[in-house]
Amino acid sequence: MLDAAVVHRREMKLTLWISMFIIGLCTLVAIFSPWIMPHDPTEFVTDEPFGSPQVGIWLGSDYLGRDLFSRLIDGTRTTLVMALAATALAHLLGDTLGLLAALRGGWVDAVISRVADLILSLPKIIVGLVVVAALGPSIVVIVILAAIVYAAGVFRIARALGSDLVNMDFIKVAKSRGEGTGWILFAEILPHVAQPLAADFAIRMSFAILFMSSLSFLGLGVQPPLADWGGLVRENLGGLAAGSLVPIFPAIAIAVTSVALNLFVDSLDEHQRKQKGTR
Amino acid sequence: MSNSVLSIEDLVVEPVSGGRPVVDGISISVERGEVLALIGASGSGKTTLALTALGHLRPGLRIRRGSVTLDGTEMLRAAPQTLRSLRGRTIAYIAQSAAAAFNPRLRLDAQVTEVSRVHNTRPYKEALQAAHRLYGRLDLPNPEVVGGRFPHQVSGGQLQRFMIAMGLQESPLLLVCDEPTSALDVTTQVEVLRALKQGIADNNTAALFVSHDLAVVSQIATKIAVLRAGRVIEFGTAREILDSPREAYTRELVAASKHMTIGSAGAGHIIAPSPSHAATPLLTVEKVVAGFGKVTDGAPAVTTLSDISLKLHKGEVVGVIGESGSGKSTLARVIAGLHPAAQGKIYMDGKNLADTVERRTVSERQRIQLVFQMADTALNQKHSVGRILGRVLKFFHGTSGRAREARVAELLKMVQLPPEYANRLPSQLSGGEKQRVNLARALAAEPEILICDEITSALDTIVAESIIQLVEDLSKKLRLGIIFISHDLATVSTLAQEVTVLRHGRIVESGPTQIVLSSPKDPYTQLLVSSVPQARPGWLEEAIATRNRLRHALETDVLTPVSVSEGSRSTLAVSS
Repeated sequence: MLDAAVVHRREMKLTLWISMFIIGLCTLVAIFSPWIMPHDPTEFVTDEPFGSPQVGIWLGSDYLGRDLFSRLIDGTRTTLVMALAATALAHLLGDTLGLLAALRGGWVDAVISRVADLILSLPKIIVGLVVVAALGPSIVVIVILAAIVYAAGVFRIARALGSDLVNMDFIKVAKSRGEGTGWILFAEILPHVAQPLAADFAIRMSFAILFMSSLSFLGLGVQPPLADWGGLVRENLGGLAAGSLVPIFPAIAIAVTSVALNLFVDSLDEHQRKQKGTR
Repeated sequence: MSNSVLSIEDLVVEPVSGGRPVVDGISISVERGEVLALIGASGSGKTTLALTALGHLRPGLRIRRGSVTLDGTEMLRAAPQTLRSLRGRTIAYIAQSAAAAFNPRLRLDAQVTEVSRVHNTRPYKEALQAAHRLYGRLDLPNPEVVGGRFPHQVSGGQLQRFMIAMGLQESPLLLVCDEPTSALDVTTQVEVLRALKQGIADNNTAALFVSHDLAVVSQIATKIAVLRAGRVIEFGTAREILDSPREAYTRELVAASKHMTIGSAGAGHIIAPSPSHAATPLLTVEKVVAGFGKVTDGAPAVTTLSDISLKLHKGEVVGVIGESGSGKSTLARVIAGLHPAAQGKIYMDGKNLADTVERRTVSERQRIQLVFQMADTALNQKHSVGRILGRVLKFFHGTSGRAREARVAELLKMVQLPPEYANRLPSQLSGGEKQRVNLARALAAEPEILICDEITSALDTIVAESIIQLVEDLSKKLRLGIIFISHDLATVSTLAQEVTVLRHGRIVESGPTQIVLSSPKDPYTQLLVSSVPQARPGWLEEAIATRNRLRHALETDVLTPVSVSEGSRSTLAVSS
């Protein structure tokens, strides 16, 4: 009994370390990608498409004979920067509006909540299809699209967290003093909800990676020759029939990073609760 | 020894993480028919000690040594099955909050008889009959049918009595009561105390009674153990403790509980009716009506205050007395501009005040400050004391930098806290200290009117008294006009020159404190006055007698207030 509990605790710790390692690695790769790529991602390194792995071309070559390893590294930067930008924007929008709706209530809350409901009720990929068809597949359009789509979910969480606080007496004190909305939202309420919102940020980012990869897989994302992970899967999909493993690698990158972000939040939460419990 | 139902020997309970023991070498025993009161401030270890009798220890605590023997069973080392077979049957627990102890989705009968079902002591029919007999003995209305209700369909005092019934259902040897009346209004407290006393006497049960209120304890306890920092510092019969306390702390406790009795200390404070009655009052509340929901023709859907008028002069303390649901907190919020009135006007210095904060001027907001009841929720837990006070200074007076630091220190000194506290977070302060910070924040605005909403009701007796002392000093020193809202007559009587008694949102009586409280005219005020616990044996019986005498005049509904005026429900409560 006791042993099992100890092992469980060590496992939790291990998942925290593993997830942090993966996230850290991805971050470093994204930051230093120009220096660690062995080849230019647009350079042709083999004569034939889907060349087998060899020294210097560690993961083989893609459908045009370019070094997949270098393209994967370059794609890491594209994927993470876009996901980060979209998530940051979603949180900026969702947190502000969510706390505002909680604080104000009434018609402000009603209007924003219905808009959020509307966004949440639409299938994301179909919306993406329509928007990209109308505005073109530029990075800015895709990031803003993802931000708005995910802001609705963030809004709901921020509003729920805020609703628990707005009736606390310290908010009434601030109101009776005549404090402005900005002060109440960001100085009084935000410190109380920052931790769960930060956890949401990590999970939301994994969603954003999946969403934007899906768009790219459908050909609605960033356009060649630039490619994110989803785009790399799409480009090289034909290789599967030819017996090449090339499209598998970017797919693994997508899966591993999303899982790592989720594990990170889970195990961090567990870790903090344990520390609180033993204190 | 052989007689004792419970005996605790040399018990030491300490936090798992180390540090000062919570219970530090206590030995006590309780015999049949005996009520042992454990009295002490919060953090004295009284609840932890009482719960060890049930074989329960809060997570994060462990036993270092000692034994707890209940009717021959060692509770600390008993197997979970043994504990289960004892709990409810040999030992029962009555918690502070009945509302939290009942399952809102089950009928009361089912919850009271559950213990008989779990232990399989008798068929359901018999268990139900036993429960109904108990209801009768506890003075619950219509004992045959009242148990068919859900917890939310009875009043708070009634629910507390159902919990007593739950505890007594299997006639346990020992009853552990953890502050069973602390959350109740005084008039309700009298009922519940009587029911509890009756129940214990009928069953010849032994009881452990945990409380911070000496006056309450003295009505029910045969013996009293005074706890402080995990030790029993004084032990004796109730009479011994009340009449000749030996320890300084006990003397302080006894003095505080005597001080809390109307008239005793109050007489000295009550000065002649306010000196400046001729001048324009600082604050005038005129025929205010307020409530919740849509306002039609000046009447809200649910009215919580009607026709309230009030005057406050400079340097004067006006007490507002009322029990829960009387609308007293709504009044505080109406004056502060947090809850717009449906009708009526509020004047400051003869000038009409807007009914919402947003439409009042900065100086109007600065001159009226509200102090909330719960310092825990009124202080932002994420802001340091210095930031909490500093923000008010910056906001109203533009003070910053060095000057602000100096002023913060000055304010802390004013409420008798050391200046280093500026760097602390509210969670690093005790309840009393938090309430002082709460007061300091209001004072930081340099107000002329202070509205204190139940600022002492969440505090231990001695701490509460020191806060009242502080408010009194401040009112004299700063010549503030103070509206002191409380359910506690004794507190109000020591502070206020004028008093207003609220009941169901209406003023039933008002006037100079001494006159109103020494010769109350309204039966409700009389009931309130008689219900204030006094630390002398025999008070409870007197209070019950007064209550019975007043019952007729009060149209019965006060004694068992009903929250919703739904036909079937109110007939039940009224018929008590």
